[in-house]
Amino acid sequence: MLCQSCKNKQANTHIKTIVNGELTEMNLCSECAAKQGYGNGMFNLNQFFDIGSLMSGFISDVATTALAPEKRCPNCGITFAQISKGGRVGCAKCYDVFYDRLLPSIKRIHGNTVHTGKKLRKPQLQSGESVSSANSVGAEVKKPSELDVLNRQMQAAVKNQEFEKAAQLRDKINELKANQGGNQ
Amino acid sequence: MDKKWYEKNGSNGDVVISTRIRLARNLEEYPFPVRCNEQVKHQIVEKVKDAVLNNNSVIATRFTCINVDNINAGEKVSLVERHLVSPEFISEKSEKALLLLDDESVSIMINEEDHIRLQVMSEGFELDKTYEQASRIDTLLDERLKFAFSDTLGYLTQCPTNLGTGMRASVMIHLPALQATKAMRKISENLAKLGLTIRGTYGEGSEPVAAMYQLSNQISLGISEKTAIENLKNITLQLVNQELQTRENLSKQLAVQDSVYRSEGILKSARLITCDEALKHLSNIRMGITTGLIENVPLDTVNRLIVEIQPATLIHYTGQKLNPQERDAVRATLLRNNLNS
Repeated sequence: MLCQSCKNKQANTHIKTIVNGELTEMNLCSECAAKQGYGNGMFNLNQFFDIGSLMSGFISDVATTALAPEKRCPNCGITFAQISKGGRVGCAKCYDVFYDRLLPSIKRIHGNTVHTGKKLRKPQLQSGESVSSANSVGAEVKKPSELDVLNRQMQAAVKNQEFEKAAQLRDKINELKANQGGNQ
Repeated sequence: MDKKWYEKNGSNGDVVISTRIRLARNLEEYPFPVRCNEQVKHQIVEKVKDAVLNNNSVIATRFTCINVDNINAGEKVSLVERHLVSPEFISEKSEKALLLLDDESVSIMINEEDHIRLQVMSEGFELDKTYEQASRIDTLLDERLKFAFSDTLGYLTQCPTNLGTGMRASVMIHLPALQATKAMRKISENLAKLGLTIRGTYGEGSEPVAAMYQLSNQISLGISEKTAIENLKNITLQLVNQELQTRENLSKQLAVQDSVYRSEGILKSARLITCDEALKHLSNIRMGITTGLIENVPLDTVNRLIVEIQPATLIHYTGQKLNPQERDAVRATLLRNNLNS
């Protein structure tokens, strides 16, 4: 087979690339392959994938072309046009300020718009019960694990010199650990 | 000292090399790195360092801090080869620091794309355990640093692709048989539909060197850590089974056996060998060991060699400046010494 690029030499390099799930295949001679950057040298620091430039295509909205003076994030001073261009959000506050305009791209990326995982600094849990809230789907992770609770109880027992209780708790912890180990 | 994670062979180790959990976090009180000047970045480094090194946890004393701006290019590349930092992290110089646990299983990158990238690695297939550890350190750090978090969007990150849990869970898997049977293309297409991505660990394209792949979750918002991990676990196990079955069938073919034994011969006798060639043969040997064709070579030796023969790591460990041919010679010696015993 002849090289698909120079159509002159024998092809000896088969190149497959997958970009966004699109696969392209090429048969090239070694010289053309090297020319196109498919050498097998050490990895090249300049070729790193720049997520920012890719993301910039993702974050956009029609409002950016309007003539009205651009709203800036009061915290970091970035405009939506800058976020859209760089693909990077300026600060945590930007997500509040530009929420409506960021939402369509967030939805496009994740297919979702509401977090359901680990939660921080929410009302603390009462006696191991999770506080019921509209989106407690991810509560499983935020709840301190049974193991943590037992560990804390055991430490308290040791502190109070209740060694019998501590020993019972220790056995319980070991049992729980053994069970968890078996699940993996 | 304990062996490093990449020197050990863990659960499902015939296919799964390692597990990694990476959490993206930002400090509430500072803008994201893209809007920080050097001075602010420096403050962030100091704050995170303090939170990690001066807390009461048992592991605090086991961390060392590496100022990435002060080390030479070779050492930087070696950090990437050992999977301790991302390539992006070392590509540009500006107030970047790395906190590294002594066994290299936990690394905390400061001022990468986010203020903090916490990464926990473990040998073999250990998603639950690895996540638990990452989450514990995460909670510990949040107490002192106060991470940016919103109830609706979860952890707030510089790039919206990491919103929600901020988590990328991944497994490094060795799929020589599936690669040889040209199954990877179809697999990769199907995984995309399930919200997972697979890509080569070494080299780009669909046939990466050494048939090492990184399988990870794509989506982080609207899916809990637990669900994301369950999905990944489920798919990994299916891939493991397919791979093992295919290896079993392949290893009965004389041509495949020939290729495995040739690889063994080359690695045990070569005097000069490039990284790519060595990786190709190590991959073959790995497959040979797991199918019983090759005996007397432990898998963890092969795992360790895959990392140690990388160009910058080789220089890092020999501690000398080497030109490419010297490097190929040192690499060949390292392989011979480790495999002829």
